[in-house]
This record gives sequence, structure tokens and C-alpha cells, in this order.
Amino acid sequence: MMLGYIGRRAYHSILSVIGLLTLVFFLTRLTGDPSALYLPLDSSVEAREAFARLNGLDQPLYVQFFQYLRDLLSFDFGESLRQHRSAIDVALEAFPQTLKLAVVAMTLSILLAILVGALAAARPGSLFDRIAGLVSLAGASTPDFWIAIVGILVFAVGLGLLPTSGTGSILHWIMPVFVLMLRPFGLLVQVVRGTMISALASPYIKTAHAKGMKRRKIIFGHALRNSLLPVVTVAGDLTTGLINGAVVVETIFGWPGIGKLMIDSIIQRDFAVVQSTILVTAIAIFIVNIAIDLLYVGLDPRIRY
Amino acid sequence: MTDLTLPSRKSPGNLRQLAIYLSRDKLALVAALFLALLLLCVLLGPLLVGEQAAKLGLRQRNLPPFSVQQGWLYVLGADTLGRPILARLIVGAQKTLTIAAAAVLCSMIVGGTLGLIAGYSERWYSHVIQRLADVIMSFPSLLLALIVLYTLGPSMLNLIIVLAITRMPIFIRTARAEVLELRERMFVSAARSMGASSTRILLRHIAPLALPTLVTIAAIDFATVILTESALSFLGLGIQPPDFTWGAMVANGRGYLATAWWIAFWPGLAILLTTLSLNILSSWARTVADPQQRWRLQSLRKTAR
Repeated sequence: MMLGYIGRRAYHSILSVIGLLTLVFFLTRLTGDPSALYLPLDSSVEAREAFARLNGLDQPLYVQFFQYLRDLLSFDFGESLRQHRSAIDVALEAFPQTLKLAVVAMTLSILLAILVGALAAARPGSLFDRIAGLVSLAGASTPDFWIAIVGILVFAVGLGLLPTSGTGSILHWIMPVFVLMLRPFGLLVQVVRGTMISALASPYIKTAHAKGMKRRKIIFGHALRNSLLPVVTVAGDLTTGLINGAVVVETIFGWPGIGKLMIDSIIQRDFAVVQSTILVTAIAIFIVNIAIDLLYVGLDPRIRY
Repeated sequence: MTDLTLPSRKSPGNLRQLAIYLSRDKLALVAALFLALLLLCVLLGPLLVGEQAAKLGLRQRNLPPFSVQQGWLYVLGADTLGRPILARLIVGAQKTLTIAAAAVLCSMIVGGTLGLIAGYSERWYSHVIQRLADVIMSFPSLLLALIVLYTLGPSMLNLIIVLAITRMPIFIRTARAEVLELRERMFVSAARSMGASSTRILLRHIAPLALPTLVTIAAIDFATVILTESALSFLGLGIQPPDFTWGAMVANGRGYLATAWWIAFWPGLAILLTTLSLNILSSWARTVADPQQRWRLQSLRKTAR
């Protein structure tokens, strides 16, 4: 039953990925001839033709496309024009950098959002609730590239506390993680607060109160457990959005992840790397979605697939 | 823009009621006033200060903010070419908001129509539409937008199309869900038994009932689209000079952070205030629309008297 469900999901995802790769294949080919970027301006026509032949660019587009698909089936993802090595290696090297950043940012924002959202819902209309509401709205409304720049301005240029870009020490993590957290945190607080308020109004909470249970235990033990399901749903969508944030954050902070690689490769017309990056990202998102579905079953025993 | 579309759909009596609710929530009132001011800038700004926004001034180069010696337009400082930032913000508001509004409108119309079809019909194209929504939804929108814009070239029309496409799945899914519920209702069966064609049923009986939900989503989506457009402009793939949006202004100022922070700071703040106001208003509108929540604003009124 479960396996059948995952199989069906995998089938749909493979269809989506193939559709995406096809679209990207033809779109990137429209951006122009890479030989214009990779050979000296005064190189001869023969040299250009040789370059095109070497990289298979002299074939008609549809031939190139079928060649690409055939190579995909044998796990050959092409070679990076820029780095002269397997494109999938380039993508897989950058991927863990983004993954680390995303996992840290997502974990922190989920934990923080659950705490803040639950406390806000415990006393609706209180000062804490209103401040939390405004902060979460502001978090979801802030342009990430701008807050990153303001962060650099204040903490790197002004106070000299944090590095402007790069990786290495723990200090390098602070600004990228914070910027990446803002949006998911803001949206999640609102979701947690909303579901918690309706959960706290339900009869079983009244029963728990009547039994004389401790308030903290009711909020975090009873109500929260039932409010986690919508949170998990939104967290799945936010993961896709997180990659958007990663593109911006990695560009500004010079983080060598998948977002920066993607932008660099598009600009350098390094087609094979663009496609490999997309493939890796799409597979990662697919795995996250499956994991979320499995988490559902764990959280709510009523759900079956 | 929510503040203008929302009351107009109600009767005059409700309009006054809404104004009362609005005046009881100070935050929402401020947000509404800010958006009204912004709308004024969009309509009149280019007429009033369009000339000054393009005027180069050697003496005003990198003029710091908070001084009115050069005239009130220079109160937020000037950029590297000596153009007053306040005037450029006012002019930039027009392009920023027009692009976002056009994208949301296109997205709602096309996505809504596709969703209606996908919900009503069970033919093959219904599945194609749903898979299409899956493909767009399952991939980070910014990455897709980057590839498409880099291929087609950054222009206002392409920007609107790309933004509209990335937001379409929400409208497709919502419209489809609405139709799935509506088409089982008695009046649809009645219309069908009287011989109405599918097109007529969809357009005359189902679409008008699905529209309010779609408009609500469009209003909420507006803020998201502004943020996406700003990020694309920041990455250099928005509309090109001499036209500019707030996101492009932040990108211009990025190189002068250490010497002239105000060039990048103000336009980002403008984006933040706009999206925040939109989000505050839509959160307020949800409270008003929800009978279980409305008492908050009503009881506020009683205590105020």
C-alpha cells in the first residue's frame, strides 16, 4: 500500500522532472552559442567549429536532445565547459553546502516558530500575541536581499563583528542563516498560531482542563501535537521556497552552494551544469516531499495511503 | 490595493461598517493609509517629480539624507549621479506596482480559467493542466524565472509573463477545488437538465461563485509577487535602464554600501513597508470576514466608547 503510493508519486515526479529538463534544455540552448564565451574573440572559424564538434554543439537541437536523454539513462550527465569535469560532480559538490544551510535555517525556524506561535495562541490578544503577530508579518514581508545588505552594512561594515562573505568559521553562518530563516519563520508562526487557537477551543482541551492538568502540558502536549499537521504541510512548500532564498543569500554572501552555482552557470552558458543542478534540486525536493508524507502517517495514525 | 477592492464589493451600509472596523485596528488603518498614499504616487508621481528623478546633479552626488538644503526632494539623500532618492522612489513605485499587479491579474485570469477547465472536465487535458501545476509548483520559482529571463532577455513584458507563470499553480488548484465542490450543487444539475452547455454552465453558473475566492488569493499573492519581482530586479534580470523598480535601486546601491548606505537602504525599506502593509491589511480582512474572529474588532469598539 505504502510502496504503491511512493511508486505513484515517483512516477509523477519523474514525469515532472523530464518535463522540466526538456524545457530547460531548449531554453538554455536559446541563450546563444557558448563558443562565443569560451574561445578568444579572434579565434578562427575552424577553431569555433572544432569546439562545437568537440562538445556536440554542431548537431541539430533535437539530435543533441536525444543524445542528452540517452546519456542520462546511462548516468552520464555531460561535462562542465567551465571546469572540464563531470557536470554532476560539480553540482553534487555544491549541493551539501546548500543542504547544510537549508537544514540549519529550517530547523531553527520551525522550532522557534512552534514556540512563539504556541505561546501567542495561549493568550490571544495579549501583548505578546500582538508583537509576535507583527514580527511574523514583518518576517514574511521582508525582501531577503535587502535584509542581507542591511546586515552586512550594520554587522560587517559598521560594527566589524561578522565577515561580509565566504565560509569557514561559525561566524560566517550567522547572517546567511538568519536571512534564510526570516520568511519561513514568519509564515510558520502564523500557521502555528492559527491552528493552535482552533485546537485550544476544542472539547478535549476542556476535558483536560477539567481533569486539572497543568496548562503547559495541555498546550505543548495535547494541542500542539494536533496542530503539527498543517505545520508539516506548509514546511514542505517552504522547503521549495527556501531554495529561492538560497539563490539570493548565496549570491550576496558568496556561499558556494547550488544557488550560486546555478546563476554562475546560466551566465557562463555552462548547459550541462545547469541541467545537473536542476536534476539534483528536483530530486532533493522529491525526497523532502516523500519524507513529509511519511511524517504525516507518523503524526496522525488516521492517515493511510 | 486590497483596501480599494474589498469595500467596493459590499453594499454602502457594509462599507461604513468596514470603515469602523478599520478605524478600530490602528495598524490596519496605518497600512491602508500608506497604500492609499502609494496609489497616489503611482497615479501622479511621474507627472509631478518625473523630471527631477532623472535629473543628474554633479553637486548633489552621494548627498547624505536628512538635509533639506537642496530642497525637500533630497531629504532621503541622492544617488551616485546626484539624482534625488525620494523622487526616484516615487517614480519607481509606478513600475514596481504595475508589474506586480499585471502579473497577478494575468496569473488569476489564466490560472483561474485553467483551473475551471481542470475541475469541470475529466478529459486528458484536465490531467495535463494538473501535472503542469505540479511541475511549476515542485520547482523553485526563482530558478525557473532566472533561466527563462536570461533566455528571453529581461523586458517588462517577459518579466510579467514569468511572474504570472510562477504564481499560476495556486490559482489553478484553488479554482479546481472550488469547481469540484460547486459542480455537485443542485443549481448546476438543474442547469444541465435544462440543456445548458458545459461552457455556459462554467461561465454563467460556476465562475461567478469561484471568483471571490480567487480575488482574495490574488490580493494575498500581490505582496509575494512584489518580493519576487524585487529579487529578480536585484539579480539584474528585471526591467532594464532607464526604467527601474525598487529592487533595481537596491542593486545599484549595493556597490556603495560602505560610502553611501542610503542608496540601497531606502528602496528596500519601501518594498518592506509596501508588502508589510499589504499583509497587515489582508490579515485584517481575514479577521473581518471570519465570524468567529470578528468579535475582536467589535468588542474593541465597545471598550473604546
